[in-house]
Amino acid sequence: MRYIPNTSADRREMLASIGVSSIEELFADIPDLVKSRFQPLNLPARSEMEVASIVSEMADCSKSTDAVCLLGGGIYDHYVPSIVGHLLSRSEFFTAYTPYQPEISQGTLTAMFEFQTFVCELTGMEIANASMYDGATALAEAVLMAERIRKKGAVAVPRSLFSHVRRVLDTYCWATEIEIHEIGYLPDGTVDLKSLPQELSALVIQTPNALGVIEPLAGVKDTIGDALLIVSCHPLSLGLLQPPGVFDADIVVAEGQPLGLAMGYGGPLLGLFATRKEYLRQMPGRVAGRTVDVEGKTGYAMAAQTREQHIRRQRATSNICTNAALCALASTIYLASAGSAGLRQVAELNLEKAHYLADGITAIDGYELTFSGAFFNEFVVNVPGDAMAIHDRLVQAGFAVEAPDTLRSLGLENALRFAVTEKRTKDELDRLIEVLGESR
Amino acid sequence: MAYPTEYRYTKDHEWIHLQGNRARIGITDHAQAKLGDIVFVELPAVGTSVQKGDNVATVESVKAVGDVFAPAAGTVVGINGELESAPETINSAPHEGGWILELEISDPADLEDSLDAVGYESFADGE
Amino acid sequence: MSTIFDYRCSEKVGGLFPELDVPARGVEHLIDSQHLRTQPLRLPELSEPQVARHYTGLSKLNFGVDDGFYPLGSCTMKYNPKLNEAMASLSGFANLHPRSDVTRSQGALQLLFELTEFLRGIAGMADVSLQPVAGAHGELTGMFLFKKYFESRGEPNRKRILLSDTAHGTNPASAALAGFSVTEVASDEFGMIDLKALDEALDETVAGVMLTVPNTLGIFETNILEVTDKVHVAGGLCYFDGANLNSYMGKTRPGDMGADVFHYNLHKTMSTPHGGGGPGSGPIAVSGTLIDYLPLPRVCQKNGQYELDWDLPNSIGSIHSFYGNFLVAVKAFAYILQLGDEGLRAVSENAVLNANYLQERLKKTYLLPYDGLCKHEFVLSGQGIADGITTLDIAKRLIDYGVHPPTIYFPLTVREALMIEPTETESKETLDRFAEILEAVAVEAREDPQLLHDAPLNAPVRRLDQTQAAKNPVLTYPFDEKPA
Repeated sequence: MRYIPNTSADRREMLASIGVSSIEELFADIPDLVKSRFQPLNLPARSEMEVASIVSEMADCSKSTDAVCLLGGGIYDHYVPSIVGHLLSRSEFFTAYTPYQPEISQGTLTAMFEFQTFVCELTGMEIANASMYDGATALAEAVLMAERIRKKGAVAVPRSLFSHVRRVLDTYCWATEIEIHEIGYLPDGTVDLKSLPQELSALVIQTPNALGVIEPLAGVKDTIGDALLIVSCHPLSLGLLQPPGVFDADIVVAEGQPLGLAMGYGGPLLGLFATRKEYLRQMPGRVAGRTVDVEGKTGYAMAAQTREQHIRRQRATSNICTNAALCALASTIYLASAGSAGLRQVAELNLEKAHYLADGITAIDGYELTFSGAFFNEFVVNVPGDAMAIHDRLVQAGFAVEAPDTLRSLGLENALRFAVTEKRTKDELDRLIEVLGESR
Repeated sequence: MAYPTEYRYTKDHEWIHLQGNRARIGITDHAQAKLGDIVFVELPAVGTSVQKGDNVATVESVKAVGDVFAPAAGTVVGINGELESAPETINSAPHEGGWILELEISDPADLEDSLDAVGYESFADGE
Repeated sequence: MSTIFDYRCSEKVGGLFPELDVPARGVEHLIDSQHLRTQPLRLPELSEPQVARHYTGLSKLNFGVDDGFYPLGSCTMKYNPKLNEAMASLSGFANLHPRSDVTRSQGALQLLFELTEFLRGIAGMADVSLQPVAGAHGELTGMFLFKKYFESRGEPNRKRILLSDTAHGTNPASAALAGFSVTEVASDEFGMIDLKALDEALDETVAGVMLTVPNTLGIFETNILEVTDKVHVAGGLCYFDGANLNSYMGKTRPGDMGADVFHYNLHKTMSTPHGGGGPGSGPIAVSGTLIDYLPLPRVCQKNGQYELDWDLPNSIGSIHSFYGNFLVAVKAFAYILQLGDEGLRAVSENAVLNANYLQERLKKTYLLPYDGLCKHEFVLSGQGIADGITTLDIAKRLIDYGVHPPTIYFPLTVREALMIEPTETESKETLDRFAEILEAVAVEAREDPQLLHDAPLNAPVRRLDQTQAAKNPVLTYPFDEKPA
């Protein structure tokens, strides 16, 4: 076998030194009854070349990658700079594990420290962890953390949360018996905070929300008593937008995929998690800290480990162990490569192109923006006639657009949602506008 | 380090200095040595009422967490606030300045299973 | 160690993104000023060669499986075939949006469906969900399934989870996160579940047990059928932590031992890389009892087409944004497809052979608290090597010899534990060399103990002051202290 270096002669020698006569004897401790039930897969062994061919054929069957992508809803077709993949493929990074031995893990630990710094810069928060699985579980963990701190047994969650995030939050809250109060949105698409329940551990706000609308965060914190303010955001938008920390947010989470990660059919993703320094001991997940070695040389080590499961077991702040370290490294390299100017530029490209498309579409009779609120790179339009038919027309013309029925949980009956990234060209957008114009 | 003979001790490696119904509680020299450099102490709120065996405080080193259990039922009437800024006092003076909390004990009979200094020392040695 | 923030920043570098190709309306006209950032970001402005050198430099401070022997117990640090990476970067997978229409994602869905079939067969269980993205996430999902099961049976009083004192820390943490209380059941003198203690702990408040087979000492629970039987008779469910699947894959199956939930660690057993701590993938397999509660969505086949099934009213719901760590699943799929039955069996046979070979040799020098046949890993103790020498000292000295230390101080039931898992991808030559090193360190421990206390001497940094790091945590770059 290609990945097993021992020869038959090695095996014979090793068995002899153990003092057994066959490999089977090494498995004598497994009960015979258990062994007798075994059934193989009936799967033949294959060469690398055969496997490459089979798997490549499957990849070729995923045709939607040929289409012009206007899908969004939390995952976006952003450009991934070449340098990201090249540096990630350094095997010292990707074949290492959790930095349990800091002396030979300074690469991973320094990158974690840089990542935490980047997350704090983007979000305007004081501390950040070294990553969560994805934006959805990051939000779920934020809600659990708020519940640990405030213990009110309830949170308020906007209807305009991404549906995939809401589904995960529902599961975690069901399991931990936290009540979810859903709050609606106003005609402009922003969250309606008028009738918030009194006893809340947290208010969750997503900005831009699932309708694409940027939420005004100013003053929100003052209206929610001692409930924590949890903000979920699009990290690229923070190249332009005021970070939630400025508005006194207590926990900020985000899906980090736009920062240099392939869409990868939705995984692996990257959960960003930032909070206030005073809540460090309640924060889930791993964190790296700066320190010195015995000679006074700067180095990095995992910090605040007593929160974690390997020490605190059932009283840990979370069960998370393996996280999304390599994805965090990808986003670190992305941000280091883009710099402040690059991040602002890419955010502007998203913003301008999305508005160009929105302007073009709404110039067609019968099309109008569903909401008047400001948007970043995603927006919803009401369409004349059957949204599904218009969707199908776009798909036939080579565009990947979300089917309108998936927007129903947001209260959108006959609308389409478009996400426009820096990758979309004027030609592509013009063609889309043209197709919509023709379908009238 | 000598174990003060006027204290009582528990098998959870705590010492109890009882004066009337008021018990001052800390962790023993043996316990602090096992934990290593203490970096954080989580203290209860004064006024908290506790049952015997309840976890009333937590002492943390870099890689270990030690629970402090109430040796008797009662009410927390004092905490050593200085530990918040100087948790290492537990390492340097576990039996004096490193005390953790004070309990007003409701039933002194709860302490009947505690050990004296000699008994504790041989218990700790045997671990 | 320089961070990326320590370089002298140039002016704007640019060149990554093109100029705007549509008429600009201007940010301030599109977004109300109340929303706009007022404090400039402090991201570095660096040329690409600076960034490339910085991260290449950081990578050299790391130690990965490709660098050398990495016998980190419980983590299965086996070689990661390069084919896996190539397959996961195929455009049809890497650039596929998770909200793509199913008709346009058939290849990805087929892969998920077929991997599900493979994993179902490897575990010998009724069905599989690929959604959990790490071992601990699989555990949590399993605990959610337990909760849902007892809720639907009207037994909400089953609130306790029993687990061994040798269990991974994630086990109790996952159980607690799902709202269960945890009762530890002591292991017997062979490190196995004590059947008497189990009998005493089992009652109508027990939801189930979390077992690790073989246990974290690398010992197979020979009473496994009795254990699972007792739990089932008492009305409970059995969770199997699959971290140690590498010891019996292709030879025996958790489903044949009475498992109700079993989690895989694809990043361990199925050779997908650990990435410096993730991303992983922690699919779960379930017995027939729990199929109805599996997470949403499920991949299914209807009329020759692959579909996503969202219509499962008893499901616990979703536990990840989409379909789990798909690109990790691609790597695992390529691996299993390449190995076939014969390869899967060869993996566990050689993993177990390597472990027993090393154990047999090292027990002559180091204390082996549980002496007997091991599976894919074993646990030594650093006790008694020399006065004043700890397992930490031994581990740090190993670094100087160019090997990654084993897992240390776990399991908690062994004092000064050194948990060694060689995996099947190491040669006899490497194992012999590792044994020589550990033997040499034992001699050094007696003859020159200071050498061990001072170790490592040849690493990028010496031992770090973790006390200061814990007391005064510096968790972000201190921009304000930056020297001019």
